[in-house]
Amino acid sequence: MHAAATPVQFLWLIPLLPALGVLFNVFIGPRTGRAAVNFVSPAVVGVAFTVACYAFSRVLGLPHGGALLQDIYPWITAGTVQVHVAFRIDALSGVMILIVTGVGFLIHVYSTGYMHGDTDYARFFAYLNLFTFAMLILVMADSLPLMFVGWEGVGVCSYLLIGFWYDKEANAIAGKKAFVVNRIGDAGFVLGLFLIFWNLGPGPHSLSFTEIAAHAKDIPLGTVTVITLLLFVGATGKSAQLPLYVWLPDAMAGPTPVSALIHAATMVTAGVYMIARLNFLYILSPTTMAVVATIGAVTALFAATIGLMQNDIKKVLAYSTISQLGYMFLGVGVGAFGSGIFHLMTHAFFKGLLFLGSGSVIHGMSGEQDMQKMGGLRSYMPITFWTFFAGTIAIAGFPPFAAFFSKDAILGAAFGSPYGSWWLWTLGLIAAGLTSFYMFRLLFLTFFGECRVDEHAKHHLHESPASMTMPLIVLAILSLTGGWIGLPEHWLWGDRFGEFLAPTVGGAPVSEHMTAGTEYLLMGASVLVAAVGLGVAYLFYLVQPGLPALLAWKAKAAYNLIFNKYYVDELYELLFVRPAVALSNFLWRAVDAEVIEGVVNGTASVVNANGSLWRRLQTGNVQHYAISMLLGAMMILGYYALR
Amino acid sequence: MTLVPIHLYLILGAILFTIGCIGVLVRRNVIVIFMSIELMLNAVNLVFVAFSRHLQSTEGQVTVFFVMTVAAAEAAVGLAIIIAAFRNRETVNADELNFLRW
Repeated sequence: MHAAATPVQFLWLIPLLPALGVLFNVFIGPRTGRAAVNFVSPAVVGVAFTVACYAFSRVLGLPHGGALLQDIYPWITAGTVQVHVAFRIDALSGVMILIVTGVGFLIHVYSTGYMHGDTDYARFFAYLNLFTFAMLILVMADSLPLMFVGWEGVGVCSYLLIGFWYDKEANAIAGKKAFVVNRIGDAGFVLGLFLIFWNLGPGPHSLSFTEIAAHAKDIPLGTVTVITLLLFVGATGKSAQLPLYVWLPDAMAGPTPVSALIHAATMVTAGVYMIARLNFLYILSPTTMAVVATIGAVTALFAATIGLMQNDIKKVLAYSTISQLGYMFLGVGVGAFGSGIFHLMTHAFFKGLLFLGSGSVIHGMSGEQDMQKMGGLRSYMPITFWTFFAGTIAIAGFPPFAAFFSKDAILGAAFGSPYGSWWLWTLGLIAAGLTSFYMFRLLFLTFFGECRVDEHAKHHLHESPASMTMPLIVLAILSLTGGWIGLPEHWLWGDRFGEFLAPTVGGAPVSEHMTAGTEYLLMGASVLVAAVGLGVAYLFYLVQPGLPALLAWKAKAAYNLIFNKYYVDELYELLFVRPAVALSNFLWRAVDAEVIEGVVNGTASVVNANGSLWRRLQTGNVQHYAISMLLGAMMILGYYALR
Repeated sequence: MTLVPIHLYLILGAILFTIGCIGVLVRRNVIVIFMSIELMLNAVNLVFVAFSRHLQSTEGQVTVFFVMTVAAAEAAVGLAIIIAAFRNRETVNADELNFLRW
């Protein structure tokens, strides 16, 4: 953000292509039939990916820290506000558009297979393309207001897609919950945005990131803390962190490709992206950094413990996503913005893969999501199994696969950065062990052991079509190898990814405070906990399947607490939902129905009564009118005569 | 020839106007009401002409011509309305022709 941006003219193509896909799917798609929709919807995203690759190659060609900029048109001109619709591609947003269009393309292809039995496929792809469009606006925006447009856009698409099968009430409620919880966060985002505008000083403001960066140092520290915390409230909503994470597990009601694209790979990472984008602001406030890191670490551990006991295959992955997002916030919270984005990228690969794999399982199981009714699927769905296995070892943090490098970069920073501390690292480490445990539990329950599938579903059990397995294979390869672009320092080619991002996202120096020995020790510790997680899962679910039940019986209170997700939903229900519903009921029945309707209807009935009274004069008999005319004339005459 | 004093004309006009006025108010037959209106108009005409003569001015007589013209037009339109109403309602009774009301 230091070098002047290079103006280019092609960036608008990237969001335009998915937007055209939306128009196609809304107006033409429903009439053309499945084949055209299946071709156009992934194709527009694929072409957008190609353009994104070209843009990315241009960024690589620029001097370190360079950016491409396209100013499209002045959007808001009012007083001192002069916001432009402008797109910026630098190292950070370049990586993001590759993830959004690349992983997005794979998930679009996958969806053509997954949704083949659905009658409403054009609507589904319209939403999916619209989401891609909004997400691209979010990451490409050059100013905070335009970013907010994308931020809200993806929220709407998330709502629409969670409730895609709206004829089931539970899905509609889940969508509503996601929307309402996100509103709470977005209120924080908007307030932060206003506060930034308020503190920029005189003069026309474009509210572009460059401008905010230039003025960041003039804002008083206390105000910066408030601004960054408010924006972080927005991030906890969008990225499902404590205390606003509650919508994400319910969001699994949507179709599985949606869970993969929106609720794992892209949208939920928007909060991390926003903080990395505004790193120059966050780094100014140690308070905020500590809050972000703490929330991240606590969420990582908290969600991981819930994930241990879920039986719904998608719920496990949902809590895993919350936990992994916690890691990303831990990373950006200790100043390792690059590592946070690195984990964001590898997470997009392996969590996208795991969700798509679970979708493939659900597809093969005719809609069954309960892992207790699966088991032994390995031989029925070999491609799904092997790719899922790849995703599992990648997320568990075994070397040399993706999460090993990205998670270790974050844990190393949590330990060694000036913002970090040993207890943040400990929380992260425990969460890493739990991650390994619940992922292998999922793997063993689903693919190993005896087959617990009922006869009817077993009859239909089949490997998914190529349109679904091909994206799985590509994502599996990325999950296994994706970490190699960000190796630890002094290993082979070193941390290329971090070096590439560094001029854009800045951040605190990490390794200066750590010796190489410490670094290897930390690495060893995280591999060890991953291995322990694997070992325990192996013992519990393959060797001694009776053990988990025994343990649950022994520690009944703890088991119930975690199995019921710490009763957070119930607590929120009691603290917020019930009072809100009661207040709404009061406003409805007492204020609206009585007072407001009383005033409105009262006015009407006064007029009505008056009318009923006076209409009696209108007899329709001409002679009555004549008499009143005569009387009137006589009164006027009498007045003049007697005065 | 002796001149008839003006007040006799005025008294006659007042009597005619009152008869017409009462006719409009109390009769039920629309055609009679209509004729009563003509009577009121002609009472006024009489007063106009009397004053015209008394004041040695032709303006009153000119006004009378206008009134007669308008009365002719009014008679044509009024009778047409009465016939139309009769065709619809089979009555020329003012009490029963009260459908323009609430």
